[in-house]
Amino acid sequence: MRRLALSDDILLKIEKPARYIGGEINSVMKDPESIDIRFAMCFPDVYEIGMSHLGIQILYDLFNRREDTWCERVYSPWIDLDRVMREQKIPLFALESQDPIRDFDFLGITIQYEMCYTNILQILDLSGIPLKAAERGEDVPIVIGGGPCAYNPEPLAQFFDLFYIGEGETVYDELMDLYKENKKNSGSRKDYLEKAAEIEGIYVPAFYNASYHEDGTIASFTPNNPHAKRVIRKQMATDMAGLTYPEAPVVPFIKVTQDRCVLEVMRGCTRGCRFCQAGMIYRPTRERDIDTLKDYAYKMLKNTGHEEISLSSLSSSDYSGLKELVLFLIEEFKGKGINISLPSLRIDAFSLDVMEKVQDIRKSSLTFAPEAGSQRMRNVINKGLTEEEILKGAGQAFEGGWNKVKLYFMLGLPTETEEDMKAIPELAEKIARRYYEIPKDKRNGKCQITASTSFFIPKPFTPFQWAPMFPYEEYVSRAMTVKRAFREQLNQKSMKYNWHDAEVTVLEGALARGDRRAAAVILAAYEDGCLYDSWSDYFNYEKWRKAFERAEVDMDFYILRERSLTELLPWDFIDIGVTKDFLKREWERAVAGEVTPSCRERCSGCGAAVWKGGVCIESKN
Amino acid sequence: MKARIKFRKYGAMKFIGHLDVMRFFQKAMRRAEIPIAFTEGYSPHMIMSFAQPLGVGLTSDGEYFDIELKEAVISDEAVKRLNAVMAEGIDIVSFVSIPDDRKCSGMSIVAAAEYEASFVEPPKSPEAMKALPPGFGKAIEGFLGREQILVVKKTKKSEREIDIRPLIYKMEADEGTQKIRLLLAAGSEENLKPDLVMGTFLEFAGLGAAETPIHYHRVELYARRPEYKGTGKAPFISLEGLGEPL
Repeated sequence: MRRLALSDDILLKIEKPARYIGGEINSVMKDPESIDIRFAMCFPDVYEIGMSHLGIQILYDLFNRREDTWCERVYSPWIDLDRVMREQKIPLFALESQDPIRDFDFLGITIQYEMCYTNILQILDLSGIPLKAAERGEDVPIVIGGGPCAYNPEPLAQFFDLFYIGEGETVYDELMDLYKENKKNSGSRKDYLEKAAEIEGIYVPAFYNASYHEDGTIASFTPNNPHAKRVIRKQMATDMAGLTYPEAPVVPFIKVTQDRCVLEVMRGCTRGCRFCQAGMIYRPTRERDIDTLKDYAYKMLKNTGHEEISLSSLSSSDYSGLKELVLFLIEEFKGKGINISLPSLRIDAFSLDVMEKVQDIRKSSLTFAPEAGSQRMRNVINKGLTEEEILKGAGQAFEGGWNKVKLYFMLGLPTETEEDMKAIPELAEKIARRYYEIPKDKRNGKCQITASTSFFIPKPFTPFQWAPMFPYEEYVSRAMTVKRAFREQLNQKSMKYNWHDAEVTVLEGALARGDRRAAAVILAAYEDGCLYDSWSDYFNYEKWRKAFERAEVDMDFYILRERSLTELLPWDFIDIGVTKDFLKREWERAVAGEVTPSCRERCSGCGAAVWKGGVCIESKN
Repeated sequence: MKARIKFRKYGAMKFIGHLDVMRFFQKAMRRAEIPIAFTEGYSPHMIMSFAQPLGVGLTSDGEYFDIELKEAVISDEAVKRLNAVMAEGIDIVSFVSIPDDRKCSGMSIVAAAEYEASFVEPPKSPEAMKALPPGFGKAIEGFLGREQILVVKKTKKSEREIDIRPLIYKMEADEGTQKIRLLLAAGSEENLKPDLVMGTFLEFAGLGAAETPIHYHRVELYARRPEYKGTGKAPFISLEGLGEPL
């Protein structure tokens, strides 16, 4: 029987002990004596969030297919256990073997959002791994970072031995083989990192130096080690058919956020919304084969026993086999008590028809993400959704029996005017009016329109990467403008308005486009007790503000400044295929309010065609 | 057709609460492809009912749930198929068919539960068992010899004093295993938890309840056998005993 790292006393005292005991269905056990590489895969947030992440399941499956490697999982201990582990000096452990992370060969951390940065330090700290890569000896794991935030790894550069830029399926095997070889030859940690730096897509931050101009912008960013590449090229699977998929994902004992089978139908997005980082870094769009997906659906449901299956992608409506796949899932599994959970699809006759089949209309609500209220603003962000389409979709839905609508918007977008802000409640009003056009006896009581706004944060590798952000007070004032305008609408009683916290926005913005100097801030915040910053109950803006002061880093430099098009940006050494020239062009078109068509309508020459895959070659066949 | 499934819960699974065990078995039924029946309606769910929730931290050799089958399955085959999809810490012991009548089915028939309590070394871990203090048997005799054992039972709404003596059917120290065996009232009408009994007893015996970690293990769940009244036979039968192999 497995021995647990925590005593019964502790496990019975803390919340949800199932977070820490492992042993879940489909978790992988191996004999440590018969393997060469022990890999701890970490999602730096609480178990229920981390276990819901598809990427981790893909990598876990991929690594464990190697006979010489045992990949285990580790998540952030919740606040209650964190305290106990510090008090009793219990080292952080992996779920499967319950062995200390410190004894592993690798600790891989997926970095999905900026607000998990202090949790990364918690993982290192509780593991007994020196926080700074420079202070690590031969006997601690190699710490690898990956995921979307690795596309600007600079704020975290000090804390990682290496970053893997791009999709995990391409060069991890090479990294592992190299590690084994280096171990066999009794090579040092530095020997390994030098060899790793030669692999395409691998960035070893210690092998680079940054220098700065007097105004604080970056003057140069150059390798200081002959093994390091000048440009790091993102890794991407060009051939989706050659990939493996977790046909038997781990099934948690406790209810997690994503408690279902997930079918990844494609990667990338053809739309080119200018605020969206995923839409740029995962180019080109690549679809999975529909028959393979059907086969995965059978296998995953059989292997997990889940009662629900869902589709995953950036824009499932654009998957060319969507209709066939959804109808197949309904036909095949609905009668067996399996729920089909639909991702947010574009609202049209087809999606309404399938939603009617799989959801209880009385309970479910429709979701639209116009992202901006006015057509002008939607053109700026290149969100190709017109008011006419929204009203038509809502109208069809209302006539089909729905009466709840959710609307998602962003505030603080580049070039936004007061008129654009007020257009948000005006659009909600038009939707409400559309509802009340339906004769009283044919509609289902009052309608409920919930509009939510989040504040726009410019991200690296988007056309908006140069855009300035606003001071905290300005965000609040924009939300108030929208709120007041809601009060002026005729049908205000059918509407509700929510807005996202502005303090987190400002901080996330500072970290997203930060450089190496931000590391001192993250460290200072962590030392002052910041943890679980993505949880509003635990986020402490005051502590973060002080951390900037203590680290002598000017937050406004990262937030309020409009970057010049010629500035050397912290992430410029990474090549995602999409060129900086294209991003510049898009930034200029945005300001001019010009729309760029999707990849399927017309190629805009973004540069992703160098990968020779997906949608870039579809049209040329 | 109704079937009753008996399972053991031990090891790390003792940290999985009742609701999560139910969810676990819903998924396990699908993995093992047991032809379980569903309710009608917009969101059908499996027809499945669990006996007597087991508290977090307790282990058990006698856990039960009943299911409704769409078609018959052979008991041995069902046990084998289910065990092939279990997690470490849950074993299927048996799979029997039960008559449809109210005397045998439904979990309201639970009348008694048998437990073993053992003293363990702190930090509480059932692997590090301690011997019973000397003279323990005598103390139990004294405890049970009282006419009334009054305790304050706290519920979410109120506090009330009840006499637990009639709810303790058996309590004895087992010299061989160094464990205390308890047979206590269980079920929806009257239910007595073993930690309440042991806590009250330790206080009575002056052994200090709070600082003595105890591990509780459920041995079996029983239904009443009214027809045995006055025959001198044990008035209880295990839930499993009410069924027949399929």
